[in-house]
Amino acid sequence: MRPARLTVLTAAAVVAALSAVTGCSEKSDASGDGTIKVAASDSACEVSTKEFPAGKVAFEVENKGSKVTELYVLFPDDRIVAERENIGPGTKATITAELKAGDYEIACKPGMKGDGIRQAVKATGSGTVEKRSPEADAAVAAYRKYVQEQADETIPKAQAFADAVKAGDIEAAKKAYSLSRIGWERTEPVAESFGDIDPKVDVREDGLEPNQEWTGWHKLEKSLFADNKIDDADKKLAETLMTDLAEWQKKVGQAEITPTSMANGAKELLDEVATGKVTGEEDRYSHTDLVDFKANVEGAEKAYELLKPIAAKNDPTLSTELDKQFAALNNLLEKYRPNKAAYEYTAYDKVGEAERKELSDGVNALAEPLSKLAAAVAK
Amino acid sequence: MSESVSEPGPERSSAGDGAPAGAPESAPEQAGGAPSRRSVLGWGGAGLALGAAAAGGTALALRPGPDMVSAASAGSAVPFHGEHQAGIASAVQDRLHFAAFDVKTKDRAELVQLLKDWTEAARLMTAGHPVGEGGYGGLPQAPPDDTGEALGLKASRLTLTIGFGPGLFAKGRFGLEGRRPDALVELESFPGDNLDPARSGGDLCVQACADDPQVAVHAIRQLARIGFGKIAVRWSQLGFGKTSSTTPDAQTPRNMMGFKDGTRNVSGTDAAALEKHVWVGAGDGSDWLAGGSYLVARRIRMHIETWDRTSLGEQEDIIGRDKGEGAPVGKSKERDEPFLKAMKPDAHVRLAHPDSNSGATILRRGYSFTDGTDGLGRLDAGLFFLAYQRDVRKGFITLQRNLSKNDSLNEYIQHVGSAVFAVPPGVRDKDDWWGRTLFA
Repeated sequence: MRPARLTVLTAAAVVAALSAVTGCSEKSDASGDGTIKVAASDSACEVSTKEFPAGKVAFEVENKGSKVTELYVLFPDDRIVAERENIGPGTKATITAELKAGDYEIACKPGMKGDGIRQAVKATGSGTVEKRSPEADAAVAAYRKYVQEQADETIPKAQAFADAVKAGDIEAAKKAYSLSRIGWERTEPVAESFGDIDPKVDVREDGLEPNQEWTGWHKLEKSLFADNKIDDADKKLAETLMTDLAEWQKKVGQAEITPTSMANGAKELLDEVATGKVTGEEDRYSHTDLVDFKANVEGAEKAYELLKPIAAKNDPTLSTELDKQFAALNNLLEKYRPNKAAYEYTAYDKVGEAERKELSDGVNALAEPLSKLAAAVAK
Repeated sequence: MSESVSEPGPERSSAGDGAPAGAPESAPEQAGGAPSRRSVLGWGGAGLALGAAAAGGTALALRPGPDMVSAASAGSAVPFHGEHQAGIASAVQDRLHFAAFDVKTKDRAELVQLLKDWTEAARLMTAGHPVGEGGYGGLPQAPPDDTGEALGLKASRLTLTIGFGPGLFAKGRFGLEGRRPDALVELESFPGDNLDPARSGGDLCVQACADDPQVAVHAIRQLARIGFGKIAVRWSQLGFGKTSSTTPDAQTPRNMMGFKDGTRNVSGTDAAALEKHVWVGAGDGSDWLAGGSYLVARRIRMHIETWDRTSLGEQEDIIGRDKGEGAPVGKSKERDEPFLKAMKPDAHVRLAHPDSNSGATILRRGYSFTDGTDGLGRLDAGLFFLAYQRDVRKGFITLQRNLSKNDSLNEYIQHVGSAVFAVPPGVRDKDDWWGRTLFA
C-alpha cells in the first residue's frame, strides 16, 4: 500500500446511510398497501409490484423455500442498496430502503450463494433519474463481481498462510505468503477504499503512524524472511489478519464503483507498481515483489477489459495502444517466471539494475495511456 | 537566422511582445483553455515580422548583439521554424535540460508519428503555449494534457533541438542502415575516460535551452510523457550556467573553474564560419542531413576540491589564460590573438586551438552543472560539454585525441558521460516535422 492517499473509490458509507436495514415492519409511504411483498422460494423471487413511488420503501420477504435465503435491493450496477441475510425457511423479514427514482433489482439468494434470482423494479416519481449507460452498468457490475470473487478466493489462501504461521511451520508460511496476497493486490484500489482495513493488513513498517501497532502481511513477512522466526505474537497476528480480511470480504461488495473510478483504479494499480514494486520496497524481506507486480497488472487489465467496449468506441487509438502495452508488459513479466504453471517469479533482489529499468520503462509505457482511460470512458 | 526575436502570441508570451525592457512580468492567465492549434500557427508570419521589428528596436536601445537583445527581453520566443534548428547557432540561453532517449518501439511508423507529435508539442512550447488541450479546464477525472508548471511563464527563449544517435541506424531496426552518415561515428575510448553507461548514448536526444529552468524542465517532461511506450528516458542532465557564448560581443561567461570559457567560440552570426565548421553541406554525403550538424555531448566531471587548492599561477598555466581578464599568455586583453608558443606545451588553450589541430573548429554550447555532492562529500560538478560540428571526425575527435593525451587539465577533470548524435536540419514550416528528410 501507499500510506495516506486519497483514492477515487470511496467507502460505502453513503450506501449504508440510505439503506437503513431494520428487522421490524415499518409503515411505508411508498405503495398503496404499505409494503411490497417478495415471495422467495428455492427457484423463484416474485415481487408483488414492479413499479412504486420513490421514497422510503419497505420490502417484506417470505421464504417459502427449503433453503436459507437472502434478499438484496441492488442498483443496476450491482451496488447494494439494502440487504438482509439469513432468512430461514418459513420465516419472514422486512427491509426498508430509501430509493430515489430509478431502476433497481431485487435479488433472492436461495442458499445465500451466487448472483441470486433477480427481478427488475422501478421507483418512479420526483427526484432526478440518473442517466445511465447499460454498457457502463454492465462493466461496473462485472467488476463488482470480480472484486468479490477475488476477496472470496483470497480467504482460503490467506487461511493456509495463517495456518502455517500458527503451526510454526516457517517454510510452509514462506511459500504461502505471496500467494495469499494475490487477490488483494489485484483489487487494491477497492480494498484501499476501506480506510480502516488497509492499514491493518498491508501497511509497511515505514508507513506506520506514531503509536500505530504494526499488523498484517508485512509484519509477518519480516518475521519469516528477515528474522526467520515465528513466535506467539506472530501466531496472534496471523489470526488478526484473518479477522481483518474477513471484514474486507464482507464489505468489498459495497464499494462505490463508477466507470471512471474503475479506470482510475486501474491506473492506480500501475502507480503502485511504479512507486513500490519496481523499487523493491513492497516486499523488501521476501523479495516477492514480482508476484504483487503481476497481480497489480492483472487487476488493472481486468478493469480495462471490462471498460474496453466503451473505450474502444470512444477512443479506438487508445484502446489499441492499451492492448499493445498490456501485452508487452505481460510478456516482459513472463521472462521472470521460470515455471509457467506456477505463480512464482524471480526474487526481486536477483533482478539487476538494467532489468529494473526495463520493467520501469514498461510500466511507464502502460501507465501513461492508462491514465487516459477515464477520459475515454467519460466521453 | 535564428537570433532571438520575440513572437507575439495570445498566451504566455504576450506580455513580452516587443515590450521594452522592464515591462510588467505578469503574463495573462490562459483564458478559455488552450488556443486552437490553427490560431497559434496562424500567428507565425505576422509574428516574425513584428517580432523582428521589436527586437531591432530593443537592440538599438542597448548595444548590438543577440545576447543583449535576449537579456532585455528574456521572455521572448525564438522562432521554431527555419533552415537550421534553433538551439545551435542561436544565442545561448542561461539554462539547460538535456535528455537522451532509448527508442522502445520497433515500428517505424510509430516512431515517425512520435516525431510528428513531438514537433507539434515543440512548436507550441517554444511559442510559450501549453501542449495539447492545456493544463486545466478538461475532464476532472482525467489528467490534463499539459503538466502545468510552465503556465504563466513566458516563452523564455526556449529552444528544442533534436538529434539522432547511431543506434537508430542499426541494421534491422528502422531500415535506416543505408542512411547512416559516414561522419556519425561512435566515439572511441579516449585515455582517461571513465564513462558511465547510464550517462552515455541514446537513440534520440533533445536539448532544451531556456532562460528559465522551469521552462526547460517542463519541455523535456512533456516530450517524455508524450513518448512513453515508444521511447524511454535513458539519462538526462540539467545545466545552470552557459559556459560558451555564441555571441562574442557579449561578456564571456565563466565555467566552474572560474575561468572565462568560450572566448573564441564560433559566433552565431558568422555565417561563413558556420557554413565551414558547423552546418553539414549538401555535398557532404548525406543529403537528408544537409543544413543539420553533429552533436557531441560529454559530461565532464571536475575535481573541484583539488582544483581549488591549486595555486593561481598553476591554474593560469594549465589553462593558458589569466584568470581575471581572460587574456592569453603574454597578451593583455581577452580577445587578443593568442600566441600559442608563449603558453606551456600542455596548456589547455594551446592544445585546443585550431592551429594545434589542423584547423579543427567546433561550436561549443556547454553548460555548468552541479548535481549536489557525491557520497564522499565532493561537489558533483563540472561541465556538460556540448559541441556542434560539421564532421565529428574532423571536429571533436581530432581535438579530443590531442587533449586526452596531452592536456595538463586532465589532472582535474574526467569525462564520465558521452554521446554523439546527427542533428537534422530545421523544421521549415507548419507542415514539416523533426526528421522528415530522414524518414519520409
